[in-house]
Amino acid sequence: MSKLSTWARFKKAPIDNPVKTMIITVLICFVASLFVTFSAIKLRPIQKTNTLNDKRKNILQVAGIYEEGKTIDEMFENVEARVIDIRTGEYTTSVNSDYDEITGAKDPETSRALTKQEDTASIRRQSFYKVIYLVKDSSGEFNKIILPIHGYGLWSTLYGFVAIGTDANTIYALKFYSHAETPGLGGEVDNPNWRAQWKDKNLYDDNGEVAIKVVKTGASGKYQIDALSGATITSTGVNNLVRFWVGKNGFGKFLKTTKEQGIQ
Amino acid sequence: MAKTKDIIFDPLVDNNPITLQVLGICSALAVTSSVTTALIMSISVTLVTGFSSFFIASIRNFIPSSVRIIIQMVIIASLVIIVDQVLKAYAFNASKTLSVFVGLIITNCIVMGRAEGFAMKNPPITSFLDGLGNGAGYSLILIMLAIIRELLGAGKLMGFEIFKTVNNGGWYIPNGLLLLPPSAFFLIGLIIWAFRTWKPAQVETPVFKIRSSDGGNH
Repeated sequence: MSKLSTWARFKKAPIDNPVKTMIITVLICFVASLFVTFSAIKLRPIQKTNTLNDKRKNILQVAGIYEEGKTIDEMFENVEARVIDIRTGEYTTSVNSDYDEITGAKDPETSRALTKQEDTASIRRQSFYKVIYLVKDSSGEFNKIILPIHGYGLWSTLYGFVAIGTDANTIYALKFYSHAETPGLGGEVDNPNWRAQWKDKNLYDDNGEVAIKVVKTGASGKYQIDALSGATITSTGVNNLVRFWVGKNGFGKFLKTTKEQGIQ
Repeated sequence: MAKTKDIIFDPLVDNNPITLQVLGICSALAVTSSVTTALIMSISVTLVTGFSSFFIASIRNFIPSSVRIIIQMVIIASLVIIVDQVLKAYAFNASKTLSVFVGLIITNCIVMGRAEGFAMKNPPITSFLDGLGNGAGYSLILIMLAIIRELLGAGKLMGFEIFKTVNNGGWYIPNGLLLLPPSAFFLIGLIIWAFRTWKPAQVETPVFKIRSSDGGNH
């Protein structure tokens, strides 16, 4: 009886009654959150596949084996993911190949903070483990190494891949899959004409020192790349991050071993 | 029934949210550089406007007026998140190009405008149709802009080559300006001019008159 009268009182209360306002607001928020939660959880598996396929597509594109019309899974059969420990430059099985480096770089167990001097790519923390991809040609021989690289440009961290030949020195391609640089200026890192410059350039000079460089004017020889016009800071960022990742704090050790012994 | 028809077709030309009410310009600049993104944005905004109007109208008698904007925002934001999630799952590439603009539908004045201006005072079905109609009015301008910008800016429509560009060995020199956001301002201006010449009733009365320098004795 008293319950009914509470309900009746609630119904009769004016719409702007503070208690009624609170109850209605909470109720509407609750119902709305149910819808949002439901859609987010229901669609998550499909979204995860999409993100994964998008990453794989970028790997295939930088390896130059992406073809329109084939499924990603089919093309990815020629690609082998391996995990390396950048402290030693050797393969490791400490983590799986679906290891997420971005989360890993936040965990003190699997990463370290870089000192200001070391951190030329402005990435602050670096994961010990990196997932790299080895690409096989049609006869099943490895012919390319794909390394994930990232670093800061003008507005954003650029994430990308660099594909290198089996000599661990000749660049095949460079591609960024995620960045937020100014469209038309720094955003031109995506421009195929600019990216084409990287092909067949060498990372190291004859003494094994990092020699690849983005220069402002008159790029020549096998180590130099012309900077993007109107995008000095992005160009410097790309220069720093490539040099960082092929240097001694990046994949330097791994590439040195590969150069001496070939792909294991 | 004539009234229902008016509710849907009025916002297309006579009461268009972009050209007459001048709402939702920000996203109209941002997403119209290609027809595909403009289409997806149009569908998203139309659905959000329609359904948010429907839900708000359904509970309009229970919404305390002191918090009505917050409640409208909760409903609109939830719908936008759902649209964003669906796009990420079923139209991944498009959702990557649209990126932040899907989330910004929440702040699109058209959605709020219809919720506050129409759905709070009308029954659900009418509000739903009104939402769809206004979404369609927005879509119409978006698609017009996108067709002009993509065709003249890149020589393409929905990614298919229409004019062969010089870079690909053809004859057409694309006008890069049309791919940049400011070009949408010029085009919206031209469309508003065209609409107001066609329907002089839309011309606003000037707020003040420009006087001539000799003292205005004309």
